[in-house]
Amino acid sequence: MQDLVAELLKGNRRAAARLISLVENDDPQKRELLKGVYPHTGNAYLIGITGAPGSGKSSLVDWLLKQMRKDGLTVGVIAVDPTSPFSGGAILGDRIRMQDHALDNDVFIRSMGTRGSLGGLSRATREAIQVLDAFGKDIILIETVGVGQSEVDIVKTADSTVVVLTPAGGDSVQTIKAGIMEIADIFVINKSDLPGADRTETEINMMLDMKKSKAWRPPVVPTVSVNNEGIAELWNSIQEHRSHMEESGRLLEIRRERVKRELTEQVEYLVKNRIWERVKEEIEFDSLVEKIVHREQDPYSTAGDLLAKINFYERETGEGG
Amino acid sequence: MIQISSKKVRILVAKPGLDGHDRGARVVARGLRDAGFEVIYTGLHQTPEQVAETALQEDVDVVGLSILSGAHMTLVPRIKKMLADNGMNDVLMVVGGIIPEEDAEELIKCGNADKVFNPGEPLETITGYIKSKF
Repeated sequence: MQDLVAELLKGNRRAAARLISLVENDDPQKRELLKGVYPHTGNAYLIGITGAPGSGKSSLVDWLLKQMRKDGLTVGVIAVDPTSPFSGGAILGDRIRMQDHALDNDVFIRSMGTRGSLGGLSRATREAIQVLDAFGKDIILIETVGVGQSEVDIVKTADSTVVVLTPAGGDSVQTIKAGIMEIADIFVINKSDLPGADRTETEINMMLDMKKSKAWRPPVVPTVSVNNEGIAELWNSIQEHRSHMEESGRLLEIRRERVKRELTEQVEYLVKNRIWERVKEEIEFDSLVEKIVHREQDPYSTAGDLLAKINFYERETGEGG
Repeated sequence: MIQISSKKVRILVAKPGLDGHDRGARVVARGLRDAGFEVIYTGLHQTPEQVAETALQEDVDVVGLSILSGAHMTLVPRIKKMLADNGMNDVLMVVGGIIPEEDAEELIKCGNADKVFNPGEPLETITGYIKSKF
């Protein structure tokens, strides 16, 4: 299995694809593999593209790829589409717009289903990013699922976040709502040849100017992705934001935050895993459930008792049970 | 909470060659989605090279080719060979479209396809076949 990591580092595309599958499938060897991958990460710049369904994210990614390749950058793309909560299946169709790049050796595109995670990013997305980072891609573009108002996970993962809007998306109150309108480093108004684009642009600019001085004031870039209009400007804005992040030290800061979250998650994961292994070995979980269902016990003291029984937690005193 | 592998079967649904009709492919893609598969759909007019490279990057378990143009005896073996060159010999090859019986037999006999479905096949037959292989 560690051969896979060695092959990845040599630039083997099949190894990259296999590794992403293993992390996505939560393979038992995942953690060992990621241990081998991690030392080689941290070099790629991560760009998140988010916005409503059908706002044009995939088309923008396609055009951005062309710009980046012109500048000689190698790119990894992770495109996330929703997994059905009913069947567990998914249609991953973001590639349709990107197939011009399918045969470019310096572009690697991977589609992922959300597989039950909320927030617009799939559970395994961050691990897949690590794989593509170690694979040696200069830029990693992460296209989220089509989002609504509050799926803002991307901002925790990306170094620069682009929020894609379309004209006539509601009145000016929409622009001051919390959530997705707060996470953009760059706003794009795609399909800006449609009526209402000017107004949308003005309203977003007004919203942005209401904020007191901030180190970075997000630009608002109108684009028409089908005609390749505004794409060069968008790429410029992304590069300017990157310079700002690097020069102000902000990049280091948000990456430190990210590591903090990763470490916390890993600790919690290991603790949880250990507990459930022991619970499974020593406790008849289902019979406890039955007792609680019949109101013979309550979940609060039962949880405490259960952890005390596997010597993980001191029994709460002063309570019945 | 014990670590459980959550393997999902991934299927590339591709339309290779000069064939502008993808209603069938979309219906099948939708049926596969409803059967719990992860379907990667890449749209019309794909070259064999694009199909093979996409299968590699997406690390799919199944390649489903929809061909209504009559070029199946050229396209299917070519894609099969490219997949094999990429080390993807174990991918299940399923072909759908207007494929005469003798062609279907030959594709299967030569190992270029594992299964051929013709128009009118119920979705359950297709999803059931793929499920039986995993």
